[in-house]
Amino acid sequence: MTGDPILRPMGSKEQVLAAVRGAIKDAVAPQVPRTYTSDLGLDRAGLVELFAERVGDYRAEVQVIDRAELSRVIGKVLADRRIRSAVVPDDLDPGWLTTVTSRVVRDAPYLTPKDLDQIDGVITGSAVGIALTGTIVLDGGPLQGRRAITLIPDTHLCVVAADDIVGTVPEAVSRLDAGRPLTWISGPSATSDIELDRVEGVHGPRNLVVLITT
Amino acid sequence: MAKTDSTLHPRPGVAFLGMPAFTEAAHIALGDDQLRRNLGRATRTIRDKRKRSVAELDDWQDLRTAAAMIKDRTLADLDRHLEQFEAAATAAGAIVHWAADADEAVRISLDIVRAHQASDVIKVKSMATQEIGLNEAFAEEGIHAWETDLAELIVQLGGDTPSHFLVPAIHRNREEIKQIFLDRMGEVGRPAPEDLTDEPRRLAEAARLHLREKFLNTSVGFSGANFAIAETGTLVVLESEGNGRMCLTLPDVLVSVVGIEKILPTFADLEVFMQVLPRSSTAERMNPYTTMWTGVTEGDGPQEMHIILLDNGRTRALADNTGRQALRCIRCSACLNVCPVYERVGGHAYGSVYPGPIGAILNPLLHGVSDEHDAALPYASSLCGACYKACPVKIDIPTVLIEQRAEVVDERADSGRPNAEALAMRIAAWTFADHRRLERAQRLAGRAAPIARHVRRLPGLLGGWTSSRDLPPIPDESFHQWWERTRGAGR
Repeated sequence: MTGDPILRPMGSKEQVLAAVRGAIKDAVAPQVPRTYTSDLGLDRAGLVELFAERVGDYRAEVQVIDRAELSRVIGKVLADRRIRSAVVPDDLDPGWLTTVTSRVVRDAPYLTPKDLDQIDGVITGSAVGIALTGTIVLDGGPLQGRRAITLIPDTHLCVVAADDIVGTVPEAVSRLDAGRPLTWISGPSATSDIELDRVEGVHGPRNLVVLITT
Repeated sequence: MAKTDSTLHPRPGVAFLGMPAFTEAAHIALGDDQLRRNLGRATRTIRDKRKRSVAELDDWQDLRTAAAMIKDRTLADLDRHLEQFEAAATAAGAIVHWAADADEAVRISLDIVRAHQASDVIKVKSMATQEIGLNEAFAEEGIHAWETDLAELIVQLGGDTPSHFLVPAIHRNREEIKQIFLDRMGEVGRPAPEDLTDEPRRLAEAARLHLREKFLNTSVGFSGANFAIAETGTLVVLESEGNGRMCLTLPDVLVSVVGIEKILPTFADLEVFMQVLPRSSTAERMNPYTTMWTGVTEGDGPQEMHIILLDNGRTRALADNTGRQALRCIRCSACLNVCPVYERVGGHAYGSVYPGPIGAILNPLLHGVSDEHDAALPYASSLCGACYKACPVKIDIPTVLIEQRAEVVDERADSGRPNAEALAMRIAAWTFADHRRLERAQRLAGRAAPIARHVRRLPGLLGGWTSSRDLPPIPDESFHQWWERTRGAGR
């Protein structure tokens, strides 16, 4: 056997597995009763309403808008928030940016983390919204880009299509592909580490703007 | 100014070496008013919040049962799940290592860091890396391990150890935190702004600026994992601040230290745990950020991914038919927040990275009870059962505690050490067996009473009974003597 422990990690696998087998020889695997709720029984409008309310509870800015208004609203949000520069994934629909006056930087070729640190905002789509918990899931798929772009800039403007909103966590999990890098986002970055006071904004984007398109 | 006793805020180290055993440490903690105020306020707040968050779900009990049974099912077949996890993670481009104990996990970690000639690593809060003493081992080798969770940063800069899973600096108030930032940040990187106030928003901003420099310049990241999915090889980290996303996304190399009990069989099982964990820990519907990743994704995140599967006593706990359920634990800290003992003494008194009710059972399960530290822990409870009720994976902590107390007594009997409790019980049995002996004993006690009034603590193991309550005064006359003297007088 060759010596490099990093390339040939044999370690104590057999020892640990033997100890596990010895420890569980009398253990019986129980059945798992899955009697919890998987469906809220809400229609599309009900899901959108609940999702908007729950995202808002995290002190994110939420707007429910008509798809046709998207580019106008994006331009206005960036202007109102004085976002001078915004990064977008390379496949972002140019139609979203027609009224944007901020400097737009495509993430192609990939920007370095230090480049991203000089940019104010990021605009992306999303994969799934969860109404009950006010959660957005990004999976690196269309309109979302890689993980670093939604992490380093201070303002994340995220577009969620009403059709992508589900009611519950089980519904969301069943739609996701574990093979993709997944980021679940519920409100802006926050901490409760100082006397359990919730403070928005530590390392991730301190501002989250969610546009729900119907 | 807060009283901070050096024995209570120990320097970091494996198993908090040099800490007094629970009974003594609890005494020190009880004397620290500031600590009790900080803890009382924090645990009260989070308790109320958790209750509301859980009440919102009609199916909470169904979720708890499902979570407990998924964990039991996984543990009953853990060898198969571990091998499946290794195969799936390897196929996705991760390098899987196995560590039988803390030393081996540290050695593997050091080898990886040295292979990349890194002098600094960034870390997202991880109980497993605390358990193996990674930061201290790195420091000895001249490698800086930077904690990036706000509370961990407070703890690290303050030269202290965590006292809670979720809010490790729960024992520090905002004024203390401000002072730690002002005094220490400049020594290790970007200093805190000179006009820093104790406003939480300003303190968080100071941490953001201080750590951003490290996130952008460090090429090796370390993490633990909340869950590891056997079916897909996926790892899952839940967090709030975004420091986790930074550590899991920006470095070139990522090393995740994962206890072997973190396995869940399928990706679909997350539908249960992504509900029970956030509501039980931060008491939110969902924590701000969760990252789920599988091996290496080209062009997105670290391109070299190591996973260290850690035993370090877990198979010892697994072999205990009653105690095995402690390995269901998802480190939510709900049991700490509801525990009347924890609320009063804080996390440091437990002398371990795993404090509170779960720590009281987990430490003896992982290490046995031959050490006086571990032997004291099963007694760090009033057996009120609040922990069991709050536990999202239904760990019956009181039952495990009682079994462990029996084990401690047996251990002492086996070791042939004089056992004050057993001796006292034998004397009591002999005394009570004959009423003349009892009367004699009572007369003796009555005569000793003037002295005993000044006795507040009993010596030896009996001290456990009197360490947190005062010895009641012994009356000059026993009930029996009074009855003899006054019988008939009242008729």
